[in-house]
Amino acid sequence: MIKIVNIHKSFGENVVFKGVDLEIKDGETITIIGGSGCGKSVLIKHIVGLLKPDSGEIYVDNEEITKLDEDKLFEVQKKFGFLFQSAALFDSLNVKENVAFGLRNLKIMSEHDISEKVKECLSRIGLEGIENMKPSELSGGMKKRVALARAIATGPKYIFYDEPTTGIDPIMADVINDLIIHLQKTLAVTSIVVTHDMTSAYKISNHIAMLYDGKIIGEGTPSEFKKTENMYIKQFTTGSSVGPIKMKVR
Amino acid sequence: MKIFWLIGEKFLKLSEELGCAYKMFMQILHTFLTGKYDKENTTYQMVLIGVKSIPVILLTSAFTGMVLALQTAYSTRNIFNEPIYIGSVVGFSIVKELGPVLTAVVLAGRVGAAIASELGTMKVTEQIDALYTLGTNPIRYLAVPRFISMVIMVPILTIFADIVGIIGGFFVSVYKLGIAPVVYQNDILDYMRTEDLFHGLIKSVFFALIIVTTACYKGFTCEGGAEGVGRSTTQTVVISMVMILVSDYFLTALLVMFGVG
Repeated sequence: MIKIVNIHKSFGENVVFKGVDLEIKDGETITIIGGSGCGKSVLIKHIVGLLKPDSGEIYVDNEEITKLDEDKLFEVQKKFGFLFQSAALFDSLNVKENVAFGLRNLKIMSEHDISEKVKECLSRIGLEGIENMKPSELSGGMKKRVALARAIATGPKYIFYDEPTTGIDPIMADVINDLIIHLQKTLAVTSIVVTHDMTSAYKISNHIAMLYDGKIIGEGTPSEFKKTENMYIKQFTTGSSVGPIKMKVR
Repeated sequence: MKIFWLIGEKFLKLSEELGCAYKMFMQILHTFLTGKYDKENTTYQMVLIGVKSIPVILLTSAFTGMVLALQTAYSTRNIFNEPIYIGSVVGFSIVKELGPVLTAVVLAGRVGAAIASELGTMKVTEQIDALYTLGTNPIRYLAVPRFISMVIMVPILTIFADIVGIIGGFFVSVYKLGIAPVVYQNDILDYMRTEDLFHGLIKSVFFALIIVTTACYKGFTCEGGAEGVGRSTTQTVVISMVMILVSDYFLTALLVMFGVG
């Protein structure tokens, strides 16, 4: 279980979090929604320890991680798999080396077993036989799927998806959504998804939370979100420019 | 009043940057001393930084030695009516100053820029964050191999530059100016000492530290997409070159004070 308690964060004069509280239960797929630049990606980067809050606590399986030293944090990070918005595949390595990267670091498998595991992960995401290709030879959708294979290779307990469907066509986006559901069912992982794509959010989640103005302003199931009377959530989920959320134009 | 505020703000920003760069240098040094670095990547970086820089270093130093011999000959001919002490001037200038400084300046442009742009691109495309999430410390995986490679390869390249620079001067002296080979050789061997060689090599290690720390710091702190990568790369080259030339004066004064060269 992951528990976020009253975290505050500012970058210079830009206040991103004004007291975020959130609880993520084991085995669920939670989607954090919110407008562009509201801090969704920043929130999951706090959970995995890439950023530190100015104040507040983050518990991963009852262990407070914001004050851990580097070695202890790396131990906690072994529980995480992270799919980055830009895929973040290592340009200098081929697909096999990318997927095997985390496994080699763990130093618990032979080279033969690592090769087998890479094949298994690529087969799970439907991309067999591309082990020797470089990231520059892959399409946007393929990069995201390879990054997903890399994220699941070490068998993480929690998988974080940062805008998994952004920048790819609607059909490929649905393929990624199906993969997230498939992985959640077959690997029984806890998935934390950040997106502003409501089609994806409704399809893959069993829990949705909305981040607005530095706080979580609402939580619930997809059906509860569809029926909500909260004007902020309603405006966002219906994609309307009319409502309490004002977007700056220039 | 506003001018003082602006100067103060710039000064504070510079102090902060210097502090952060020093902190990164200490992190790199600590990781290196604990032996936690990627040995395979270190070998690869040595080839990339050292072996692949050999042609440009040799070309630069050969022509520097040649032009130095030519200028010395013209100057001494004007004063003494004959070209004298060419070997000494070329030898001392190359080994103590031009060898280490030119090698460092060329490497700041070739290697410093490459390190800053590679790490900067990795930073803006979230590859450095990805390393963290895969249980890898980027300092250990990216910075330390480059640090070791620079500290080892820059002095080696400086020795190559010294040798080729002196050979360049030799060819101009013998075949263009008609000086006997043994005279050029004696000019070097009679006056130069081993400390002179060490003087240049010690400076080259400091120059290597300047280049690799600046490049890693600018790469790891890069922000703002392609424009940011370009800015970090340019800043790395400019800062490294300026710091090499400024520190050269103080290092020379310090080494001479301690009797090295």
